[in-house]
Amino acid sequence: MVAPRTSLRLVAPVWNRGAGSIRGLSRAVDPEGSQRKERTLFQFLADRFYDVAALREYMLQKQVLKVHQKNRSFTYIKERYGPYVAGAHFILKQGGAVKFQDKEWMRSSGRGLSSLEFWEFRAVPIEAVDASGCAINYQGLDHLLALKELQSLSLRCCPHVDDWCLSRLHPLADSLQELSLAGCPRISERGLACLHHLRNLRRLDISHLPAVSNPGLTQILVEEMLPNCEVLGAGWAQGLKLGLEEQSQDTASSPIPA
Amino acid sequence: MLRRALWLGWGRGLLGLGLGTRRGVSTLEWDGKVSEIKKKIQSVIPGGAWNPLYDTSHLPPEHSDVVIVGGGVLGLSVAYWLKRLEKQRGAIKVLVVERDHTYSQASTVLSVGGIRQQFSLPENIQLSLFSVEFLRNINEYLAVVDDPPLDLRFNPSGYLFLASEKGAATMENNVKVQRQEGAKVCLMSPEQLRNKFPWINTEGVALASYGFVSSSDRTETPSGEEVILKKIHEVHVKVDHSQEYQPVECAIVVNTAGAWSGQIAELAGIGKGPPGTLQGTKLPVEPRKRYVYLWHCPQGPGLEAPLLADPSGAYFRRDGLGNNYLGGCSPTAEEEPDPRNLEVDHDFFQDKVWPLLAQRVPAFETLKVKSAWAGYYDYNTFDQNGVVGPHPLVVNMYFATGFSGHGLQQAPAVGRAVAEMVLEGRFQTIDLSPFLFSRFYLGEKAQEHCII
Repeated sequence: MVAPRTSLRLVAPVWNRGAGSIRGLSRAVDPEGSQRKERTLFQFLADRFYDVAALREYMLQKQVLKVHQKNRSFTYIKERYGPYVAGAHFILKQGGAVKFQDKEWMRSSGRGLSSLEFWEFRAVPIEAVDASGCAINYQGLDHLLALKELQSLSLRCCPHVDDWCLSRLHPLADSLQELSLAGCPRISERGLACLHHLRNLRRLDISHLPAVSNPGLTQILVEEMLPNCEVLGAGWAQGLKLGLEEQSQDTASSPIPA
Repeated sequence: MLRRALWLGWGRGLLGLGLGTRRGVSTLEWDGKVSEIKKKIQSVIPGGAWNPLYDTSHLPPEHSDVVIVGGGVLGLSVAYWLKRLEKQRGAIKVLVVERDHTYSQASTVLSVGGIRQQFSLPENIQLSLFSVEFLRNINEYLAVVDDPPLDLRFNPSGYLFLASEKGAATMENNVKVQRQEGAKVCLMSPEQLRNKFPWINTEGVALASYGFVSSSDRTETPSGEEVILKKIHEVHVKVDHSQEYQPVECAIVVNTAGAWSGQIAELAGIGKGPPGTLQGTKLPVEPRKRYVYLWHCPQGPGLEAPLLADPSGAYFRRDGLGNNYLGGCSPTAEEEPDPRNLEVDHDFFQDKVWPLLAQRVPAFETLKVKSAWAGYYDYNTFDQNGVVGPHPLVVNMYFATGFSGHGLQQAPAVGRAVAEMVLEGRFQTIDLSPFLFSRFYLGEKAQEHCII
């Protein structure tokens, strides 16, 4: 990859000189003020191409680090107050909702549990977790896998939940009865294949998964894989309906000779 | 130097004018010549690139710090880690040389693509564990701004190894080692196997493991003989279908040529010597042909099928959503096919692979083969494990080859190990000293038992 770089180095100085002269020209002629500003901003950025590229890479790395930071493990809380409190704190901090056994749904808009609640809930198992829209990833699932009595898990529209995360859900096989994965952009049929370990699952929602290549066929295969489970998905008749619509369109467009 | 530049500028000017104007007209275009001379002088001054008379931008550069021979997954992994672990941005110049840019015979693209952590050697388990972690976080390692996230199309369905009565004890020991190293494996009895995967015929299965992937100057040997150390100075890279070649001066050569590593090592003079000595120890990597068959079975195992490896050596995995399966079997030593070409032997499937598959999965008695292909294993005839690290005599040749069918799954970790060896001089994260070249001379086998 040496050649392209050297050519850029050769080209850029020439261009700078040209750009300098154009700038000089524009200053002399003095055209519209906004036009000149646009051109100079663009030229400014283009002259500093590698700096801008490095800045963008840095920002991308920062975004990645932010997700990692959100999914860090709360080992101190876990050791002191138990896995239920740690899991609840994690979910509530991310903006989700948690339902302890025999209690109401709790949502705390990113503040986590208060210290009173730490003490109160330290031995109360968690029944249901609603992590919709949370930035939970493979590492963050550690907190959820420690909840042995979890019955309902909702991972709707989680941007970082992918096939690997699904392959990690098998410790919840004994208790999990309801799972919702609707709208997760990274889940494909290969991840859904890992759900066959969850033998107690009764309701599964796999609708609106954009990365699944064939939603109707996938739903049939998942239904075969989990015979006791009610699978809510795209609907096997989706492809069929489309075919019927096309057929009616064809008959409408080609007039029957009278 | 100035005179040479002037002469070359003169020559360029003459060529530019053309043959017709050579005779007669002695007035030269002074301005054009001056600018050309200036450009020549500028390029000769240190810091600029020397432009020879003709355009060589299609050839590799003349100098490179590291030349990696072989552009498969291992070569590219070594290149990636070298650039990632270098201390300063742009400190190391890496050149990857691959003779076939279509990768038509490369083992990387023809492999079945299974990743497992069920090995018997702890180093292999560590390599697979890191590779799995690399693939899981591949968007963080290989992310490019503005590009969509990479989709590996990975099936995390797991790897199921079956063992007969004979192999059950070995499998238990192996699982203990795997768990010690941190791999998540679970042992299953035949009843549990039947509950989980009702389409398996568990006759003959006793146990199953389900896994949710030189240098100093002249030295003297103890007996007082002199040992000659060699160093590779140049690699001649020849352009395909042409007489052109570029001698690339390099400091380090990494041999990741896969099935052809033995030939590359011979080019470097490894193995030319009296047998039984270190000079005479060849690199025991040779190509072995393996077949992969794709078949369709409408009643076959469903979405949950893992990659199943039978104790007889047959294996298969699900491919896609249409009840298609990929699989094969390793031939025994007597049935080794001829590695000179990549022709597929369909009778091998009929006679050897199908009976084994049908015995294990009764649904496979009715199947139809849709296609097949063959690829090479870079088979290490010594102990079927990879060779990693420098050669003791040719001090600047490093190896990363000979993985005998599990190279793809260990590539990220091996690439990192070789990059550490090149940059730091020792293995830092995973210690691969059992995989060094010297074991061929010393006769210490690092035998891997779970080979497919």
